[in-house]
Amino acid sequence: MPLIKDRREVDDIWAYVPDDAPLSPGGCITVSLARFRSETEMLLARNTEIGVRLEPADDPHELAEFLDRLALIEVNFPKYTDGRGYSQAQLLRRRFGYEGELRAVGHVLRDQILYMNRSGFDAFETERAELASVIDALEEFSAVYQPAADGRVPVFRRRHGKE
Amino acid sequence: MYRYDEFDTQIVKERVEQFRGQVARRLSGELKEDEFKPLRLQNGVYLQLHAYMLRIAIPYGQLSPRQMRKLAHIARTYDRGYGHFTTRQNIQFNWVALKDIPDVLAELAEVEMHAIQTSGNCIRNVTSDHYAGATKDEVMDPRPWCEIIRQWSTFHPEFAFLPRKFKIAVTAAEHDRAAIKVHDIGLNMRRKDGEVGFEVHVGGGQGRTPHIAAKVSDFVPESELLDYLEAIMRVYNRFGRRDNKYKARIKILVSETGEDEFRKLVEEEFAAQRDAEKIALPQEEIDRIHAYFEPPKLAGKDAVSEAFDKAKTADAAFARWTRANLHDHKVEGYTTVTVSLKPLGVAAGDATDAQMDVMADVAEAYGHGDLRVSHAQNIVLPHVALDDVYELYRKLDAAGLATPNEGLISDMIVCPGLDYCNLANARSIPVGMAIQEAFSDPDDQADIGKFHINISGCINACGHHHVGHVGILGVDRKGEEYYQITLGGRADEKATIGQMAGPGLKADDVPVALKRLVDRYRELRTSKDETFIETFEREGMEPFKDAIYAGA
Repeated sequence: MPLIKDRREVDDIWAYVPDDAPLSPGGCITVSLARFRSETEMLLARNTEIGVRLEPADDPHELAEFLDRLALIEVNFPKYTDGRGYSQAQLLRRRFGYEGELRAVGHVLRDQILYMNRSGFDAFETERAELASVIDALEEFSAVYQPAADGRVPVFRRRHGKE
Repeated sequence: MYRYDEFDTQIVKERVEQFRGQVARRLSGELKEDEFKPLRLQNGVYLQLHAYMLRIAIPYGQLSPRQMRKLAHIARTYDRGYGHFTTRQNIQFNWVALKDIPDVLAELAEVEMHAIQTSGNCIRNVTSDHYAGATKDEVMDPRPWCEIIRQWSTFHPEFAFLPRKFKIAVTAAEHDRAAIKVHDIGLNMRRKDGEVGFEVHVGGGQGRTPHIAAKVSDFVPESELLDYLEAIMRVYNRFGRRDNKYKARIKILVSETGEDEFRKLVEEEFAAQRDAEKIALPQEEIDRIHAYFEPPKLAGKDAVSEAFDKAKTADAAFARWTRANLHDHKVEGYTTVTVSLKPLGVAAGDATDAQMDVMADVAEAYGHGDLRVSHAQNIVLPHVALDDVYELYRKLDAAGLATPNEGLISDMIVCPGLDYCNLANARSIPVGMAIQEAFSDPDDQADIGKFHINISGCINACGHHHVGHVGILGVDRKGEEYYQITLGGRADEKATIGQMAGPGLKADDVPVALKRLVDRYRELRTSKDETFIETFEREGMEPFKDAIYAGA
């Protein structure tokens, strides 16, 4: 599945390991929050980078203390109409200061990508949308009405010449 | 009223282009219908029984004459010559072709209008008091904060895929005309020690499980309002139910979590916000927006207008209309006029293109260019000099817009029902018309006094039957339409959910049953000043229930 990160198509070096599957000895892997919580020590002791995949009901607070040791957080959108992932992303970026890759996976469609990006996602695993179309989506609006995780200056500040 | 600056203009234009692209991708098959659906919904486009329906936002119900003329033009050019004003102060067009919708949106953008977030599981158009800025009983004008909330909620990236739709209403008056206690969030503006703030109610709503909102905070200072709203929205977005569409509104979250626990969740989320997360609206911006809502410069007038009094003596129909359709203005010599969209035989809230043009003209000539859509589906001219009222009345009358029934029994809220809506179980419009027919005598209506009948064609309650003094709910029983009657509901500051009177009635039996109900009220009222709802609250259900079913 194509992966778009920072407005470029990139190779995906990560593999998600389902809860019932054994961990491969090497390579970059992501695991569920539940697995991360139960095998934290062992996972963080690996020589390769580790990531966590959040499901919509997961509480991102549970990751807060580990954020500087995670290279990737995936947020799964099993249905694109389930918007909990946007709040998870905002919390990770703005409340807890997560700076690693934040990737939207699952049912990720072109017309959700702008909101995802504003909420803090910098990577999108998308089945159908092509790079050019994703870039268009990101540039559909030249101004925004509210601050979010993307750091864009909202119009209520721009109107008064403020950063 | 608020005027777009370069940013607002640009954003709305970009939205039109975005939607044009989405429609093109839908028509080419790139987008599947289920993927297109939430996109079109967030732009007010519904697929109805006969055609696509376009719902256009009228933020907090305010329109300029220029905007009203544009709506008339759209009715004429893209629809069948009329539009339908809704209980959420919006307008709907029922016969617009999908391919034309991007063009309609482009035309709307020319007059600073749009259809953004008029549907879908997002924050909808903010509603308010239709007398805002004119009424004597307000602490302040709520519209500037409505506009601030409108902008904040527009394309909010975190809250576009909520569990369900989300409606915010704001009032600043003693008498609540915005029905804040049956909204997802209801804000009541007040002053405390010189500071402006908001009493916050959460979790009101109608639909299949009606709830009166819980008071979550007594006072949120204006500087913290948007941050507080973000906290509520985030709690709802994270914890609102998504497993069952009928349990997904915030009212269910509040009731299942418990008021106290819900308040705690909001307070915790609010307290956890870091400085960098705060919205920090600059004072200059608050001031900038307030400046658009300065009251109109009204020439000094005497409290009494000779011309007005003379016309009342000379023209009995005018006198009757003034008794029903005028509301006290805060400035002497001025009044607020309701243009009724409930004449006999017309679907509630409908206006033709020609009528819209007339309303635009009179608003310009006599009303300082200000028009409002009311929650009860009428149009309001908030600032009219008493000296001009008679001339205004004659122009309205010539256009069929001078029905003297504001707040009276024939001024009903009626949803489109089975005639238009694909959710409905029963027809609403014909039942409403039959009731109007039964109470068509204007003297009789005046004698009955304030009386709110609300009619919904299904349990989704778009006709607000739960909060009608008399509520009528259409249900389908084995292919036959029945109408359940509820009594004692109200949407104002004493908001109450009506109680079911008994078994459903057939459509033909509804008007006669209401006749008996009204007769019973007249027998029981202590004086003509005691309204039906007051008599009901004093006497209780029994005598009225007996009256309704006396014929059975």
